Amino acid sequence: MASEVLAPPVSLSNEEILRYSRHLIMPEVAMEGQLKLKRAKVLLIGAGGLGAPLGMYLAAAGVGRIGLVDFDVVDATNLQRQVIHGTKDVGRKKLDSAAERMLDINPFLHIDKYETALTSENALEILRDYDVVVDGTDNFPTRYLVNDACVLLGKPNVYGSIFRFEGQATVFAYNGGPCYRCLYPEPPPPGLVPSCAEGGVLGVLPGTIGAIQATETVKLILGVGELLVGRLLLYDALAMRFRELKLRKNPDCPLCGENPTIRSLIDYHEFCGVPRQEGEAGPGVSEIEPMEVKAKMERGERFVLLDVREPHELQICSLPGATSIPLGELPRRVHELDTADEIITVCKMGQRSARAANFLRQAGFRKVKNMRGGTNRWAQTVDPTLPRY
Amino acid sequence: MAKVLIPTPLRQYADKRDSVEVEGRTVGEILEALTSQYTELRRHLFNDEGKLRNFVNVYVNDEDIRYLAREATPVQAGDTLSIVPSIAGGRRGL
Repeated sequence: MASEVLAPPVSLSNEEILRYSRHLIMPEVAMEGQLKLKRAKVLLIGAGGLGAPLGMYLAAAGVGRIGLVDFDVVDATNLQRQVIHGTKDVGRKKLDSAAERMLDINPFLHIDKYETALTSENALEILRDYDVVVDGTDNFPTRYLVNDACVLLGKPNVYGSIFRFEGQATVFAYNGGPCYRCLYPEPPPPGLVPSCAEGGVLGVLPGTIGAIQATETVKLILGVGELLVGRLLLYDALAMRFRELKLRKNPDCPLCGENPTIRSLIDYHEFCGVPRQEGEAGPGVSEIEPMEVKAKMERGERFVLLDVREPHELQICSLPGATSIPLGELPRRVHELDTADEIITVCKMGQRSARAANFLRQAGFRKVKNMRGGTNRWAQTVDPTLPRY
Repeated sequence: MAKVLIPTPLRQYADKRDSVEVEGRTVGEILEALTSQYTELRRHLFNDEGKLRNFVNVYVNDEDIRYLAREATPVQAGDTLSIVPSIAGGRRGL
């Protein structure tokens, strides 16, 4: 047949036929669909919370080739949700751990590993070979980068994002459909929206959203059903409610609108206002190491150690002599502090406390320092008995 | 009276409520009433010029107000307003 000259001559072995039996007996998939899956090339960006169910289900479903992009290492705090990794994998590269699990699920799978951050320099090169891109990333610069690269290359972008108990999913850039920039022209400024590391995430949530992304990816490859195109699916796990909002293509979209002004990839760190380096504190706020804070305590120096974490976090651990004012309450409780005092702000990782320090600085406090790395760094450098979280 | 659904990231600025019933004939009036009641919400919804921020979308029922009449979009009793901010998920930065 002429079509076989174009498509790679793929067939299923008897072993594969047995493996995919529950697909093959459904008319919506059948042999033709299973071969489409086997011929499909999917790029999965991020082997974390969303990437875990995505990687496992896409492997199990029989996608023939999966590219994995990740440069992170498995950490104990990942295990609450990143079920593709196990306790034995802590300290290993997520790429290796994820690939091992996926090949265990399905040895017929071919995996391409990209141990790198996706950047403006490498994105087009990496994405080019794949049919579908699945965004399992966790930060705004990469999300805009993935979106822009997908639109420029004409690849569908299966999108999911999560926060605490809430998730969003949709399919962007499918057949000229709306893109991420149509939905949100700009990212929030850094600091206004807490990350999962600071805001937390229900462990099961990425399972739900990742499974929805995997479902859409499989449907897209099979060409069956109604895709989440032009629809934004919202999931609230606390209320256990799904809602759907209309997602329209913005005719003024600078990327995919009628008169596009973005024709190549840009600097996404600059676009998102994210500093490339550490050092969150603004001008006038210096940082102090936990060790130095400890030394000041031992010298009996007078200063206010201001813990800006939430009350439920204080139940996990606290530092000796700290005063608690959660970041969100600081503006209306700032009168409880004295501008004459030296104040050292503290949180879990040093980001919220940097915002608190900046706020105090602007409110007229002159002697403000931010403790670098928060209680987690205190646990690593001062007191190993303090729990890290 | 319309119901405004407050998304998870903003609930901390709205007494931890997930929805608030607010009076108003337009989206603008409702958001004004909402942010008068919960003043800390204001800077999360509006920029310094008082315009809705670019990473916060507002929907009347399932339609994006950018494709209706933006803040002038009329709201009927029983309508639901959704505030849907951009979320990235996961760890920060690269």
